[in-house]
Amino acid sequence: MRKSRAMNLGTGLFLLLGFAALFFLTTQTTSHGLSFRSVPHYEVTAKFENIGDLKVGAPVSMAGVQIGRVVNIRFDPRDFKAVVTLRIDDTYNQIPTDSDASIYTQGLLGGQYVGLSPGGSETFLKNHDQIAFTQSALVLENLIGQFLANFNKHSSSSSSGAATGGQPK
Amino acid sequence: MITELASSLGESIERVGDMCRFLVRIVVQLPRSLTRPQLIVDQIYNTGALSLVIIMLSGLFVGMVLGLQGFELLRRFGSEEALGTAAAIGLVKELGPVVTALLFAGRAGTALASEIGLMRATDQLSAMEMMAVDPVRRVVAPRFLGGVITMPLLAAIFSLIGIYGAQLVGVQMMHVDSGSFWSQMQASVDLRDVNEGIVKSGVFGVACSLIAVYEGYHSEPTAEGVGAATTRTVVTSAVVVLFLDYLITAFFLK
Repeated sequence: MRKSRAMNLGTGLFLLLGFAALFFLTTQTTSHGLSFRSVPHYEVTAKFENIGDLKVGAPVSMAGVQIGRVVNIRFDPRDFKAVVTLRIDDTYNQIPTDSDASIYTQGLLGGQYVGLSPGGSETFLKNHDQIAFTQSALVLENLIGQFLANFNKHSSSSSSGAATGGQPK
Repeated sequence: MITELASSLGESIERVGDMCRFLVRIVVQLPRSLTRPQLIVDQIYNTGALSLVIIMLSGLFVGMVLGLQGFELLRRFGSEEALGTAAAIGLVKELGPVVTALLFAGRAGTALASEIGLMRATDQLSAMEMMAVDPVRRVVAPRFLGGVITMPLLAAIFSLIGIYGAQLVGVQMMHVDSGSFWSQMQASVDLRDVNEGIVKSGVFGVACSLIAVYEGYHSEPTAEGVGAATTRTVVTSAVVVLFLDYLITAFFLK
C-alpha cells in the first residue's frame, strides 16, 4: 500500500511537471503569451506602392518605440496598391493626421517594419482613418538597378577619356 | 535470392497489417480498461516518472550543445541574439519529440516489450485467457495508454529543459543578451511550431507504445524470443519515428 501511494505521488508529480512544461512552451516561448485579452486599440490604413517583404504581425513604431502592429495586408485592385492595416494602441491616440508612414528594414537581414513620423497637424488619427503620405519599401533589386544605371552613365562618359589614354598600351 | 527478398518484403507488410489490427484490438478494449484507472496510473509511473531523469539529463545536454553550436554558427553572421529562436525552434519542433521518442523506445519501450514477452514466455498470458480475462484488456491496453499519455509530456519537459540548457550556455557563458534571447524567441516562435511538436510527440507516443506492446505480445515464448522482441522494438521504433517525423514535418509545411 505504501509503495502504491509513493507511486501515485510520483505519477502525479510527473503529470504536473509535464503539463507545466506544455503550458510554459505554449505561453512563454511564443508571442501569444497570456495576452488573449486585447489592449484597447484603433486601426488605420495606409496605401503603399510596394510593401517589399512586410508581413502581418510586423511592428509599427514611432521614433523607434513600438506602438502597434500590422494586422492585415491586402491588395487594392483598383489603384494597384497594397493596403496595410495598422493596429495602434489607444495610449498613442495623438498622432497627427498628416503623419507619414514608411517601410524600413530592421538591421541588415532583419524583418521589415512600418515607421511613422509625425506631421504638424492639430487633428489626430482616429479609427478607420487613412494615412495619406506613404513611402514604399526600398527594394534592394531596384536600388542595385538604379546604382548600376548611374554607374554605367558615369563610366561611359569617363571611359571615352580612359580609352584614349589607354590606347598607346 | 529475389524470392527471398520478396518473401521478406511480404513478411514485413504482413507485420504492418497485423500491427494495425492489434491497434484496433487495443482501442476497442481501451474504454473497458479505463474502468480500472489504477492500472494506467501504474503504467504512467513506469514509463513516465521513471524516465524523467534520463529525459531531463538528455534535454539539458542537448540544449547546451545546441547553445554552443548555435552560438558559434550565428556569431559568423553577427546575429548571436537569434540563438534563442534557433534553440527554441530546433527543440520544440524537432529535437524534443524525436530524441524523446528514441529515448522512450530505449528506456520504456524495451521494458514494456520484455515484460509482456516474459509474461508470454512464462504462460501468464495463457493463464489469464484460461480465467476468461482478456490479456489485451488487462495487460496490453493500460500499458499502451500509459505510453501514449506519457510521451507528449516527456517531450515537453525535454524541450523546456533544453531551452534552459541553451540559455545557460548562451546567456551565462557566452554573454548573449538575456533580454534579446527571450524576446527574439517569443517574437518568432509561433503557436503553430509548438503545436507541431505536440502533434509529433503524440503520434510518436502511439507508434512507440504500439510497437513495444506488439513485439512483446507476439514474441517467441523463449528467452531468445524475448531478447529478439526487445531488439526489434528499439530498431523498429527508431526507424518508424524518423520516417513519421519527415512525414509530419512535410504535412505541417504550408
